[in-house]
Amino acid sequence: MSLAWVLTLGAFLFSVGVYGVLARKNAVLVLMSIELMLNSVNINLIAFNAWFKDSAAVGQIFALFIITVAAAEVGVGLAIVLLVFRHRKTINIDEVDLLKW
Amino acid sequence: MSWPAVFVAIFGTVVALSAVAVVMSKNVVHAALYLVLVLGAAGAIFLMLGAEFVGWTQILIYVGAIIVLLLFGLMLTAAPIGRSALDNQQRGVALITAAAVFGVFTFIIWRSFGSARIHLNQVVRTADIGRSLFSGYILPFELVSVLLLAALVGAIVLAKRD
Repeated sequence: MSLAWVLTLGAFLFSVGVYGVLARKNAVLVLMSIELMLNSVNINLIAFNAWFKDSAAVGQIFALFIITVAAAEVGVGLAIVLLVFRHRKTINIDEVDLLKW
Repeated sequence: MSWPAVFVAIFGTVVALSAVAVVMSKNVVHAALYLVLVLGAAGAIFLMLGAEFVGWTQILIYVGAIIVLLLFGLMLTAAPIGRSALDNQQRGVALITAAAVFGVFTFIIWRSFGSARIHLNQVVRTADIGRSLFSGYILPFELVSVLLLAALVGAIVLAKRD
């Protein structure tokens, strides 16, 4: 099986995530798009690990770290989203622009 | 073409189509459910590529925990429905940017790894992962656990009603 097809799938998933982050204005949907991008990196790492045949499975270990960091990220991110909703009654990120010049 | 390669192709198609549905969906709950499909099919691809432990971890943590968390987030915030309520005015620019990113990545990938082949005959067992994780990668492992604790405390402090 060709390695490049799996990497292309990862690249496609990452680009879809980029589109989602840029085009969505609901904060929870932006978080979902970030999950897509993190998962595309995992696909790349697993594919390279299968290609490299590393006995220490470094690619898989780093994929595990990314899954853990993604869990932490979504936990803190959703807490921030809930806090913003409580204060502003909206999670439309185009309206939450207090820090913008 | 071997059977694992066929299944990687099938699940890869599912991943790609559902990912597009996640960012195109007009209903936030539908987007979350399409995300389940993306993450589950990606976990199946991990299993096909010989990553046993990572595949099941993906299904347990992402589908089991993160999606539930995101659905909770959707329920606790007002979840409007409709294209104009969910997307902003930058969709054209976003599409161009995403297409450019995809084009550059694909060009580099096929230039560098166009001839590389994966032989799907080796499975990394959970025991191998554990041995490697607790010998060579024990320090990053502990750091990640500290990060999880910090995220836990941070999320509680942020969401606490004061």
